[in-house]
Amino acid sequence: MSAQALDTSVRTALAGLLLAMADDEFVLGFWDSEWTGIAPLLEEDVAFASLAQDEIGHAQALYQLLAELEGGDPDAVAFGRPVEGYRHARLLDHPRTDWAFSVARRFLYDTADAARLDALAASSYAPLAGVVAKLRREETYHLLHMHAWMERLATGGEEPRSRLAAAMERLWPDALCVLAGVEGDDLLVSAGVLAEPMAAVRRRWLAGLAPELARLGLPTPPTGPRGACRGPDRSDDFRWLWEQFTMVRRSDPEAVW
Amino acid sequence: MNQTRTITEADVWAALAEVPDPEIPAVSVVDLGLVHRVQLDGQRLRVELLPTFAGCPALELIRASVAERLAGMVPVVEVEMTFAVPWTSDRITADGRRKLRESGFAPPPTGESAGRSLPIVGQRPTPSLHRPQATCPWCGSADTTLENLFGPTLCRTLFWCNHCRQPFEQFKAV
Repeated sequence: MSAQALDTSVRTALAGLLLAMADDEFVLGFWDSEWTGIAPLLEEDVAFASLAQDEIGHAQALYQLLAELEGGDPDAVAFGRPVEGYRHARLLDHPRTDWAFSVARRFLYDTADAARLDALAASSYAPLAGVVAKLRREETYHLLHMHAWMERLATGGEEPRSRLAAAMERLWPDALCVLAGVEGDDLLVSAGVLAEPMAAVRRRWLAGLAPELARLGLPTPPTGPRGACRGPDRSDDFRWLWEQFTMVRRSDPEAVW
Repeated sequence: MNQTRTITEADVWAALAEVPDPEIPAVSVVDLGLVHRVQLDGQRLRVELLPTFAGCPALELIRASVAERLAGMVPVVEVEMTFAVPWTSDRITADGRRKLRESGFAPPPTGESAGRSLPIVGQRPTPSLHRPQATCPWCGSADTTLENLFGPTLCRTLFWCNHCRQPFEQFKAV
């Protein structure tokens, strides 16, 4: 199916989903890039820089899809909005904090994102299915890396274990926001753009995680997220990050690169 | 310029085979399987390329190098990146794999070992089952250790050869 073939209401819902996904990847990429140079191991400087670069690339591909759907310039969407205009999940409002916190956040995000990508792999909107096929292959490496780190921290002694458990407790309510309902997701499901409603994607994600959480003895999710999941209210930490990543563009919005 | 003969698709492929990868110049965009489609319609040429990794910073450089090499072959030349099909490391040609090895890169495992190798999509990857494995490009030993899934660029993984005691990089299987 092409963009022209989409019903207006489906197109609006799809644009909302693409923006949410792109902003998730974009903001996580910027947070994780903060570990470059100061990660606990040299290998993790390299790994987190690479993970962050992947996410920024995924965001770019998704902003490009959005531009093909709605018109406009992907860079202007990525860098040109006010703080309140970003639609990433509340999980990405937290700063990098300590290593266990960044590992827990990325684990929760990557596994949720994988469930979301699964539900889009056979999308009737061909341009999205194409991008998702690429993203899933790359995300395999993220999953492999994060599962390994969860194991390492959860079984690595009292301090890493308690830090990881505390991070999970703190992050769970906001992690549930990644797969909170998208406006019009029922329309996306009937149009075949999305395989199942986000509520079902979320159930599948949590069911998949349950055995691993039980095995590692890590905190399990609370019931349902409370409050607004994707803005417009944002943490001071995200406001600071926004200042950083928009700084160059704000200094000369018309500059040509 | 007077053209002595009509440009054919084979001419286009031959020209593409001269465009090196900017990071590993020993291999061309054809060796890496980056060319998705060549459409030649009289005076109009359209070439579609596949990104190896969505976030690869060399994509625009590759696109521009291809456009530069093809410029002038016919009046209208378009070169674009597409996600129409995913680039996978199985697209690297046998020649490409040989040239990678000669440049000191272990080529990625191919789809034949699927199930035990990456990528695993739609299921939880297991570190013990899905750890990338590589043969040392320097001495040919299979006694190698994965040092880091991630390397100096998005498409590379770091290994250590226990036999000749040299570090090396593997082109990632994706």
